[in-house]
Formats: sequence, C-alpha cells, structure tokens
Amino acid sequence: MNSSVKSKHPSAYRVVSLIVLIIFAILFLFPLYWIITGAFKPTTDIYSTDTVWWPTEWVTTNFEKLFSTRSAPLFTIGDIEGPTVPAAIRWLVNSVFMSVMAMLLTCVTASMAGYAIAKKRFIGRGAVFTLIVCAMALPKQVILIPLIREISAMGLYNTLWAVILPTVGWPFGVFLMKQFCEGVPGEMLEAARIDGAGEAQTFVQIVMPLIKPGIGALAIFTFINSWNDYFTQLIMLTSSSNYTISVGIATLQGESSTDFGILMAGAALAAVPIITVFLIFQKYFTQGITMGAVKG
Amino acid sequence: MARNKNQPAPSRALVRRETVSGYLFMLPSLIFFVGFVILPMILCIYTSFFDANLTANGEDVFIGFANYVELFNDEIFRKALLNTFIIVVVSVPVTCVFSLWVSSVIYKLKGPLLSLFRCIFYLPVVTGSVAVTVVWKWIYNYRTGVLNDVLTSLGVIDSNVNWLGDSSTALACIIVILLTTSVGQPIVLYVSALGNVDTSLTEAAEVDGATDLQVFWRIKWPQMMPTTLYILVITTINSFQCFALIQLLTSGGPTNSTNTVMYYIYYTAFKLYRLGYGNAMGVILAIFIALLSALQFKLAEER
Repeated sequence: MNSSVKSKHPSAYRVVSLIVLIIFAILFLFPLYWIITGAFKPTTDIYSTDTVWWPTEWVTTNFEKLFSTRSAPLFTIGDIEGPTVPAAIRWLVNSVFMSVMAMLLTCVTASMAGYAIAKKRFIGRGAVFTLIVCAMALPKQVILIPLIREISAMGLYNTLWAVILPTVGWPFGVFLMKQFCEGVPGEMLEAARIDGAGEAQTFVQIVMPLIKPGIGALAIFTFINSWNDYFTQLIMLTSSSNYTISVGIATLQGESSTDFGILMAGAALAAVPIITVFLIFQKYFTQGITMGAVKG
Repeated sequence: MARNKNQPAPSRALVRRETVSGYLFMLPSLIFFVGFVILPMILCIYTSFFDANLTANGEDVFIGFANYVELFNDEIFRKALLNTFIIVVVSVPVTCVFSLWVSSVIYKLKGPLLSLFRCIFYLPVVTGSVAVTVVWKWIYNYRTGVLNDVLTSLGVIDSNVNWLGDSSTALACIIVILLTTSVGQPIVLYVSALGNVDTSLTEAAEVDGATDLQVFWRIKWPQMMPTTLYILVITTINSFQCFALIQLLTSGGPTNSTNTVMYYIYYTAFKLYRLGYGNAMGVILAIFIALLSALQFKLAEER
C-alpha cells in the first residue's frame, strides 16, 4: 500500500504538524489540569503571584471550605426531607436527577418519533420533519423568556422539571433517531406485520434492538448537554436547594470571586463526574455526532 | 423512498392505518415539541409587540412596533450586534480551519491514538461552560493568573495586563475561550468525513503522481463539502449563543466591549425585567441566524 511506504519516511511537514498538534493538545488539557491541581493546592499556592505549577502540598482545605459555606437537605420529595448535607452535594444530586430524567424522557419520545418519521408514510410527515429541522437551527435561548411564563403558569418555576421538560422538547433527538431508524430494513417490518404483530410489539421487539446504538448515542448526548445547559438552569432555578452544580458554582463565583481555591474545588466537582461519563461512553458519543450530521 | 415504484399503490385502509399509527408514535414527542418549542416561539413573536414585565399576572400593554423602533435606536444593542458579528466572523473560520487541520493530521493515526486526540480536543466541551469559565478567569487574573506570569517571564509583555478588565483585550480573551470549546465537534465530524473519502480516487491520483496537497484540494475537499456546510452552520449558531463566558467573566463590560446580543437579551429580561423588549431582540437574532444559515447553504450549493 502506498500509505505504508510513506509512513516509513514521514515527510517534514508531517513531523512538524505532529509536534504542533501535541503542543495544542497540551494547551487544551491545561485548563482541566489547572482545575484539578488548583482544587488541591493550599491557599498560599493559590494566592502566590509566582505560578505554582504543581501543588507544594496536596490538601483538601478548598473542598472543606466549599462544603462548609452552605448546607441543604440531601433530597426533598414532597414534604419529606433528607439528612442535611453540604449544599454542593445537593447540587450534584439535582444535576444527576435532572440529566437522568431528561435523558430517559428524550430517549423514549425521540426514538418513537424518529421511527414514525423514518418508516411510517403518514399524511403531514414532510411538514412535521421540515418544522423539526428548522427549529433545530434556531438559538434555543431565544425561546427561554416566553418559556418562563409558560413554566410559571404550570406551577413548575424553580423546580428541576422547568429545566427537564424544555430539554425533552428540543428536536435534535428526533432528528438523530430518524437517521438511525432509516437503517431498519423495511422487509423486517413487513414480515412482522404479516405475522400479525401489533404496532407496539413491532416497535419494542424489532425496531428497538436494531437502533440500540442510536439510543445509546442519544442518551449520552442528552445527558451531557443537559448537565452543561447552564443558561436554562440559571434562569429557571432560583433557590439554593434547587440549584444544579453549574448554577451553584456560578453563584459561588459571584460571592467569592478571588478565592480561586474554592472555585477550582467546585469546578472539579462539576466537571469530573461528567468527564467520567463521557470517557466511559465515548464510542457512542462519536457515533451520535457523526450520524446527526449525515445528510441534513 | 422505501417503497419501490413497481409495487402497487398502498390501499386507502393502509394509508389510514399508517397515518394513525404514525401520529400515535409521534404524539409524546410532539407534545413536548409543540409545548416547549413551538408555543414559546409564537409567544416570543407575540410578546415582542407588548410592553411586558416578568410577573405572570402583570398587565401587558400593546405597543405595536415600538420595541423594534427602540431597538434600532438603541446604541448598546448596536454595539452588542457588532460584537456578536466580530465573534462569529473570527471564530467560525478559525474553528473550521483549525479543526480541519487537526483532523487531517490525526485521521490516519492508529485507533487508540486517534481516540486520545479526539478526546483531548473534545474535553473543553464536556467540562462544561461554568467550570471552563471559572478556570479561565483565574488564568487571566491580573495578580495571580498564570498567563501574565508566563508572558512576563518570556518577555512578551513588560508588566501584568488586566486582560478581562481592559476593553481592548477583553473580547479577544472571550473569543480564545470560545474557540477551545468549539473545535471538539467539528474535529469528530471531519475525522469521520476524511475516513469516508473514496480511496480508489485518491489512490489513482497518487499513482498518477499527484502531490498530497493536490489530492486534498481536488479530491478530498469537494467530497467533504456537506460536512463543512454542516460545521459552518453549527459553529455559527454556537458562536451566537456564547453566553456563560460573558455573564461570568465580564458581564458585558468593560463599557460594553464584550456585550453580545445573547447577553443583552438576558440583561434586558432578567435585570431590567423588560420581557417584551427582550423578546423583540430574540426575534431579530432569530432572523439574523436564519438569514445567515440560508446564505451559507446557498454559497455551498453554488460550489
């Protein structure tokens, strides 16, 4: 093969690009490195004007300060309150609950709708699909002001549902699942119908197993997007015990804007769980991004 | 599409059955889509003609196009629009070129190495806007920031610079952060597009003695046009929406040098409580994005 011959004698261009690439990769990793080391640096390192590249000593004082600033019940279901914990822990619980619910609801509704658009020849299908594609191109934030009134009218303002429901409504999931459902062979659906399988049965037993990678991609995509959707969380959540980790850290930033130790501890708390999830499900994620882009 | 032409036309009963089941499958999703996307969009346009405040039971007063008229005479809005344009005009081409370059370097690497680089460039997106913003705030900090320390020891600057507090550098600082959080998705897309390029064509060209550069521009680039278009559209939308960076780092300052339409909408609605006026800006922003997307599609089609 041509390429194997070439790789034995890499061109000067290739060597230079690889070196530049590695430099960029280090720069891209630096903020994360800075968050994690910063979270464990003692106060003297944080306030030092000479940069301390590696913590002189690994300490947990920043986390202790972060946890002692506020407290909140671990969970609130109706009138039942959980044990009192540092507010940051509650914020994490809120973020997890919000992202998981958004993920589950989106996967169920979007795979059903994607299947219908890809495989059902119903009247108005083209119109619905066009509407979905157009809506995807609009900036999400534009609709958030009217959404606040709608959510308030429903009595959900300042609850996690105020963030979850609009996330589920966002049409990217339907678009992505349509792409995956188009790969389901029509003959299999036809055969199921001839065998007398009902619509629901066909969907659950034949379509779902075939689009599993798609559902996986959508799940991880929705989870990460929902976790990081700071703007929606910021305007919908107003009381400290309802904050998500993003809003919580942003609020701390406003209160103690120069204590970067606390802020790095908070940032680490917000970033490490989501990065872990990303690394575990990385394969699905890449697939989701590429499938969502094929033929608009 | 799925049905062959030589098959008999579907019977009326089948069409009805398909329509009923189609909508039943669509129903759960449609409820959310209509309720939380379409309805707010209509409300957004509707409210932009009113003098509306934040309380749910407050009286809205119909004022026709007054919000829009005010908008065109609002100097802060014009400044915000200009800043938004600068951000888009700088970040979109840089993002596209940079991610294309990275992809072209890494797409032939072995599996694990490829994944590693793809992950590294995607990390700032996953880390989340708040965590990223907070750490950059420290990096840029006047006294304890690592940037000032490194640049002074390298001799690039004589004394510390107040990066975010100076109206001549603040916007550039924001754009740098935005760039690091924008290239992840385009790189994934370009790597996949480069992997899908028809190898029989590139090999034939190489046999004929074409240089790498010629192979790239004549064969690979045209085949990647749809991907490039998609990347242009998503990067544009992404740059328009840049919000957390500005809200947390500069609040639009100093003297509006980093104010963007997105931030100004937030400020108007949630600090000044002028919902109608904020919605009018939203409508204008949506029109701008729609026009820009249409323009990009048109340019791509002509090629």
